[in-house]
Amino acid sequence: MGAVVIRTKVVQRPELNFWERLYFPEVFRGVWLTSTHFFKNLTLHAFHALGLFRRIAAAVTIQYPEQLWKLPSRSRTRHRLTKREDGSPRCVACMMCETVCPARCIYIVAEEHPDPHIEKRPRSFTIDLGKCVYCGFCVEACPEDAIRMDTKIIDTSAYSREGMVLDIKELLNPTGVPKTL
Amino acid sequence: MPTLKIDGKEITVEKGTTIIRAAEQLGVEIPHYCYHPGLSIAGNCRMCLVEVEKMPKPQIACHIQCLDGMVVHTQTKSVQKLREHILEFLLVNHPLDCPVCDQAGECRLQDYYMKHGLYDSRLNENKVKKSAKAVPIGPTIMLDSERCILCSRCVRFTDEISKTGEFGIFNRGDHSEIGIYPGRELDNKYSGNVADICPVGALTDRDFRFKCRVWYLAKTESICPGCARGCNITVEANLERPHHANGERIMRLKPRFNGEVNDWWMCDAGRYGYKFIDHDRLLEPLIRNQGTVQTTGWNDIVEEVIKSLKGVLKKSKDELAVLVSPEMTNEELYLAKKLFVKELGLERVLLLRTKADGDQDDLLIRSDKHPNRKGAEWIGFEESKRAIQEVIDQGLKGGLKGLILFGQDLAALYPGRNVEDLLQRLDVSVFVGSNHNLTSEHVQFILPAATYAEKNGTFTNFQGRVQRIREAIPPAGQSKAESEILTLFADHLKLDWSYENEEQIFDSLRRSVPQFQGMNYSKIGREGVPVE
Repeated sequence: MGAVVIRTKVVQRPELNFWERLYFPEVFRGVWLTSTHFFKNLTLHAFHALGLFRRIAAAVTIQYPEQLWKLPSRSRTRHRLTKREDGSPRCVACMMCETVCPARCIYIVAEEHPDPHIEKRPRSFTIDLGKCVYCGFCVEACPEDAIRMDTKIIDTSAYSREGMVLDIKELLNPTGVPKTL
Repeated sequence: MPTLKIDGKEITVEKGTTIIRAAEQLGVEIPHYCYHPGLSIAGNCRMCLVEVEKMPKPQIACHIQCLDGMVVHTQTKSVQKLREHILEFLLVNHPLDCPVCDQAGECRLQDYYMKHGLYDSRLNENKVKKSAKAVPIGPTIMLDSERCILCSRCVRFTDEISKTGEFGIFNRGDHSEIGIYPGRELDNKYSGNVADICPVGALTDRDFRFKCRVWYLAKTESICPGCARGCNITVEANLERPHHANGERIMRLKPRFNGEVNDWWMCDAGRYGYKFIDHDRLLEPLIRNQGTVQTTGWNDIVEEVIKSLKGVLKKSKDELAVLVSPEMTNEELYLAKKLFVKELGLERVLLLRTKADGDQDDLLIRSDKHPNRKGAEWIGFEESKRAIQEVIDQGLKGGLKGLILFGQDLAALYPGRNVEDLLQRLDVSVFVGSNHNLTSEHVQFILPAATYAEKNGTFTNFQGRVQRIREAIPPAGQSKAESEILTLFADHLKLDWSYENEEQIFDSLRRSVPQFQGMNYSKIGREGVPVE
């Protein structure tokens, strides 16, 4: 290893001009900008409440959940387990996802599959969404394309920690509603 | 004594040593499948091919004996290319079902592919399907002949070591497959070993099947407590992911090489004899009082036991018997002797077995099913049937007031005697043990003890070899090692014992028992030391 050279970049701070150094004109300009938005939104929201000008957006923020946003096609959303043609899970309980999971939120218990050419299947497959960090490593690691994060279900809420836990039935047939376009 | 050069390093070896052994001594690893140091040479996998100067073709290192002046190369381009091609051949019919294979993670095909293969598959043909896929071939082993690379280790094992000869290779060429002779099954006392020596996933353990993946296992070197042989083992536990295997902690036991004791092998009784560690355990100190059972803390129960013992001792020392067992470690037996004989002055501190004698053979299995009888004898406990009979007779007549048991199930050992009656006649009965049994259901004080996998210590096998057991998992529930329990008693008796761990106990043991002289934990190490 050679000597470490730290490159420095000198950033030129913009100098304030005369007008800006007067201070008050700039303060009033700021107040003016904020006020325009405030009154514009206030007026538009008031019209919306009366059912007028609905097509003009009243604010920059999206009014979720009344208004939905289109997710990029590759975004990672809640997990699901894919199925074979007969409806049984594709998962063979190889534990790759459980092993790779950095949050340790996947719990699989394996059992014997009656067909010796499949051999192994999950007796239970549980994901604790309260711990999940949505990194998508489980999907990457899966050799069977058995787990995907493409349900487009993005809202996850529960009244208890146990409520955040998804079992194999829920993962095979997600009951959540995709709140995206 | 030929002297040869392997990869430029010179070594002198015994006459008759093969190249692969010489390389091993030098620390040069030559990949291999069919070669196993405990079995005869088959030379059929061809993975160990190396170049020897002045020999026209590459040679198999497992079979060629070292000669004076030999020059061997194991890392040349052509040897590396050879390994790659051999692997490609071995994998031609291999199904690559690693995700469902229990061998994954400790599979030689995986390991060597990553180390010596890393080629792209050129195979466009269909794989030849073999007949047996996930077929149980006996009570312990599952066969998958698709995964087999026909190294014949299992065939040689059943021919040469267990001498039962169940395995054979059937059919020819591409259709060759491993199997059991018609009308037979793999059911011998050493059958579990074939899963260990199988370098791939063709033979897997039915007991371990789908329990958890091998990379979750924490491995601890220990000694099998199943008989007086004291086979060297590795205790493999899954502590971090308790949802597998219903929360059992010990997943499997594997034999560990020790040329003086068990070579590479262990028997099935030892291999599958670990279930008691996670089942039917006594988990907290219990006091039984006129039919009601009460859980309590360690300090309270020890205080109570001492109070009751003092009551008995006031009248007569003859009415209290302590039965220690050859399942206890040397350290524990030493402490038991120190506490009960030296400090309390008891005369009846006797050794009593926990298990009946069993079968014996010429390979490993010993009829004495206790791991530390020799050590107990050295420390001064000789089992005497007559003395034990006297205690029981006296107890049944009502002449015995107190009894302390270390794990013995009297009800099972003496089925003809009315042990329940005996225990009820006592003023104080104490059971120090790890598992529920008939006797523990009737004693007054239950002190839960740790099993061999949950404590440190030493066992002395029948050859007089002192070997170490190590704590693989924490003690279940509130159980404690017997050494700790005895130290607790000493503390409550205000004795000045300053033992902090088993090593310190062993230090004072070696000073008082001549056979242990000059030993210490670091000398005992992984393989144990024999007594001179």
